[in-house]
Amino acid sequence: MKQDQQVPQPEKGKLLQPKIKVGIVGYGAYVPRYRLPAKEIGRIWGNQGGYPVKEKAVAGLDEDVITMSIEAARNALKRADISADELRAVWVGSESHPYAVKPSGTVVAEAIGAPNDIQAGDWEFACKAGTEAMVAAMGMVGSGMGDYALVAGMDTAQGKPGDALEYTAASGGAAFIIGPLNSALASIEASYSYVSDTPDFWRREYQVYPEHGQRFTGEPAYFEHVESASRTIFAETGLKAQDFAYAVFHQPNTKFPQRIGKTLGFTPEQIAPGLLAPVIGNTYSGAAMIGLTAILDIAEEGDLILMTSYGSGAGSDSFIIKARKPLAQRRAKALSTQDYIARRTQIDYATYLRYRGEIRMR
Amino acid sequence: MEVPRIWRLKKQRYALQGEVCPHCQVKIFPPRDVCPECGGEAKTPFSFSGQGEVYSYTLISNAPAGFEEQAPYTVAMVKLNEGPLVTAQLTDLGDEPVRIGMPVEMVTRKIRNDGDERGMIVYGYKFRPVMAK
Ligand SMILES: [Zn+2]
Repeated sequence: MKQDQQVPQPEKGKLLQPKIKVGIVGYGAYVPRYRLPAKEIGRIWGNQGGYPVKEKAVAGLDEDVITMSIEAARNALKRADISADELRAVWVGSESHPYAVKPSGTVVAEAIGAPNDIQAGDWEFACKAGTEAMVAAMGMVGSGMGDYALVAGMDTAQGKPGDALEYTAASGGAAFIIGPLNSALASIEASYSYVSDTPDFWRREYQVYPEHGQRFTGEPAYFEHVESASRTIFAETGLKAQDFAYAVFHQPNTKFPQRIGKTLGFTPEQIAPGLLAPVIGNTYSGAAMIGLTAILDIAEEGDLILMTSYGSGAGSDSFIIKARKPLAQRRAKALSTQDYIARRTQIDYATYLRYRGEIRMR
Repeated sequence: MEVPRIWRLKKQRYALQGEVCPHCQVKIFPPRDVCPECGGEAKTPFSFSGQGEVYSYTLISNAPAGFEEQAPYTVAMVKLNEGPLVTAQLTDLGDEPVRIGMPVEMVTRKIRNDGDERGMIVYGYKFRPVMAK
């Protein structure tokens, strides 16, 4: 896509576009240090291969969604070149908030030095809680209610031992600061959301592990929502896959985002930089968002990026993002997503159980 | 239960917030409102960078109550770049051996549960090896 190509702005359609133009003024990733290879899980449960990912990232004993969001938020602030005082929201999207009742957002806000004058409620929508908060942040900034809003998508996902999800349920995520276009590293040109009541995956209160609708998780759930959201944003803007430099999708495994990418007309080269599930697993609320951070780490001015998330239950948020000039200088102010991926200590299944609190100590 | 104390110490524990002496510019941690150098009143908040190096360390195998689940772990005296020494747990060591002079950086982590898993989660500073860019 040429730099001078404009994203069309229809008078009134399905797109979500605020009156005041907004963008990403800071971004930051977090991946914990530990990795559990899929073949180590297979060793325990007698599976020989055909794994959905190579390995997954595992949070340490002293980590949770709050501590990981704090680090991603600090990275976002370093790149944003604003003071935490200027934030008007600190929103954490997750399905593994440490408390059932007590917001994660207030602890994160206190730790990063945000003021008391903020919104700090937690968000939940399976794996799209973070991008749902991002749309709200666009609305808040775009309406002029506040200049800057921080949103995180972060999870310490749990799969039932022996279940297919155990191979992929991982820890990690990202934070973004949404602000006015003039201070942005990348503009958010438009977003669009597509939801329906689809029972593919859920967790009832007081239950430790989620349930899922087995084969029901593919076609009517992930593919239907990701494709509908992406095709609608294409239709409403007149853009097509070839206009984009990169695309990133929710990534519950390696194959789903590769397949939807192909269906929508993207090449493997457009998908590769944001496809992190093979080496960190499915970070749930963090999955699409951390993929976007890896793309922002390499994107050049004018590059168009499509991000489409997916959350069970179900829905997708699709965004068209365009890299701006300050991105090139500002990205070096914090650790890159690949820096976190390169920091890797392999663990065995017993250590994994210990880190995830599965060993009874009393 | 020590909820009021956890609440009172949150700024210093979450973000290494200390003080700077307005008279002699010495950086103070933990905050004590009186300068240890000149004895003057020192109540100006100062946020430490979180960068420092290991000054001394020890391996804890028999952990005190509330920390058993984390043992064995390393506790270090960390010399902050701004001057003060702080005692804290080291984390995310992986396979890296600890050594005196090792550069470390502050991270905010779970310190322990207040009581059992029904109690508050206490968050605070730990240090990890400085990550490679
Ligand atoms: Zn003094």
